[in-house]
Amino acid sequence: MPSAAEATAPHKRIVDINALRKSYGDNEVLKGIDLHVRPGEVVAIIGKSGSGKSTLLRCINGLEEFQDGGLVVDGKPLLYDNASAMRALRQSVGMIFQSFNLFPHLSVGRNIMLAPSLVKKRDKTAARVQAEALLERVGLEDKFDAMPEQLSGGQQQRVAIARALAMDPKVLLCDEITSALDPELVGEVLGVVEGLAKEGMTLLMVTHEMRFARKVSDRVVFMHQGRVHEMGPPAELFGNPQTAELRQFLSSLQE
Amino acid sequence: MTVQLDFLAVLHYWPMLLTGVAWTLALTVLAIVVGLALSVTFAWVRVEGPRWAAIPVAAYVELLRNTPFIVQLYFIFFGLPELGLRLSPVLASAIALVLNLGAYSTEIIRAGLSATPKGQTEAALSLALTRYQVFTRVVLPPAMQKVWPSLVSQIIIVMLGSAVCGQIATEELNYAANVISANTFHTFESYIIATVIYLALAILIRRLLNWAGPRLIFGG
Repeated sequence: MPSAAEATAPHKRIVDINALRKSYGDNEVLKGIDLHVRPGEVVAIIGKSGSGKSTLLRCINGLEEFQDGGLVVDGKPLLYDNASAMRALRQSVGMIFQSFNLFPHLSVGRNIMLAPSLVKKRDKTAARVQAEALLERVGLEDKFDAMPEQLSGGQQQRVAIARALAMDPKVLLCDEITSALDPELVGEVLGVVEGLAKEGMTLLMVTHEMRFARKVSDRVVFMHQGRVHEMGPPAELFGNPQTAELRQFLSSLQE
Repeated sequence: MTVQLDFLAVLHYWPMLLTGVAWTLALTVLAIVVGLALSVTFAWVRVEGPRWAAIPVAAYVELLRNTPFIVQLYFIFFGLPELGLRLSPVLASAIALVLNLGAYSTEIIRAGLSATPKGQTEAALSLALTRYQVFTRVVLPPAMQKVWPSLVSQIIIVMLGSAVCGQIATEELNYAANVISANTFHTFESYIIATVIYLALAILIRRLLNWAGPRLIFGG
């Protein structure tokens, strides 16, 4: 019941963003964001480029520093000056990027095993078993020894998803993960994400795939000029936009 | 005019040649190990390190890259004793070679580090790796892979440049050739043999480094 999300008690929130503000110099790009996400909820963030949606996503795992407000993920507050608290939070938050960002010098399998081995001190056999299982889950079980450059964009992005899942995150951030893909490869990546949503993963995704957002998300957030401009279940937001800005944004997509 | 070449007269001094090869190799290996360790650290300082440290590193790199090696060597061997620091020829040579390779490879490795896309650092950070792990496991290996051919060339240049160290009586290969030529008056033969040995060493070191790089330095 997405419409009840805002009324959710704080202890039931997995991501809790309060009055968050961020500027680059004099340019304020996030002007007081409040966003509360329940475990298992799928939130799609849409908006024009420059509306602050990617910046908001990157604040959630500390890739961007914000100046004011608070952010708590799975009970762990974001503390920039505390490196171990930062890493504890990042273990709960996985991220998938537009440009995949696989490590080019490591095989697919070792891309996935790197963080569990280093951070969770998982032994090599256990890490390998897990990596193989994750590759199977994203449909790439035969690519364990392949190098990233040998894969298509869609395959690379699925490896990136497996790599993020290897840390057993509570929340997965997806930053325009299909924007760099050829159109025919978009489906295989979205299919994996849809599977994760069905399994109950909490997802926050910045996306331009409106049909996908409509189909998979519990709630859509429309951002405009650094603010949450409109928010609601996808059927309401897409079917009956309340503000002129959202109507204009949606119609611009149809051209 | 016919030239009579008597290589045996030169090869008669083989223990001296062998000592020369040994010192040349020892100095080169030392320069590789210490010089590269130094330059990875310095390259990190220039790319990510604190500003107060980046400025002296930049000064060191510019100073060493814009002065002749022989002047650097003389400065260390003949200049430093004026300040009360007297070094043996071998130690002075070793320091000069390490500092020289260190300066050039700092620049080479820095270029490699800058070429590693920022997205890979972000991916590694979001996987909860520490800053140190991000550098050693994610940023450095592909950087070294990219610049390894340039580094190998620079190492060969430094190995060949170690011939200058004979000028302060370090008993490396060129020094051996000097002494043998003076003793036997077979100058041409002495330097032909030295040339062949340098050539062989250069090919050997290049092959060894091309083999070792992917396995020891940036292997997956």
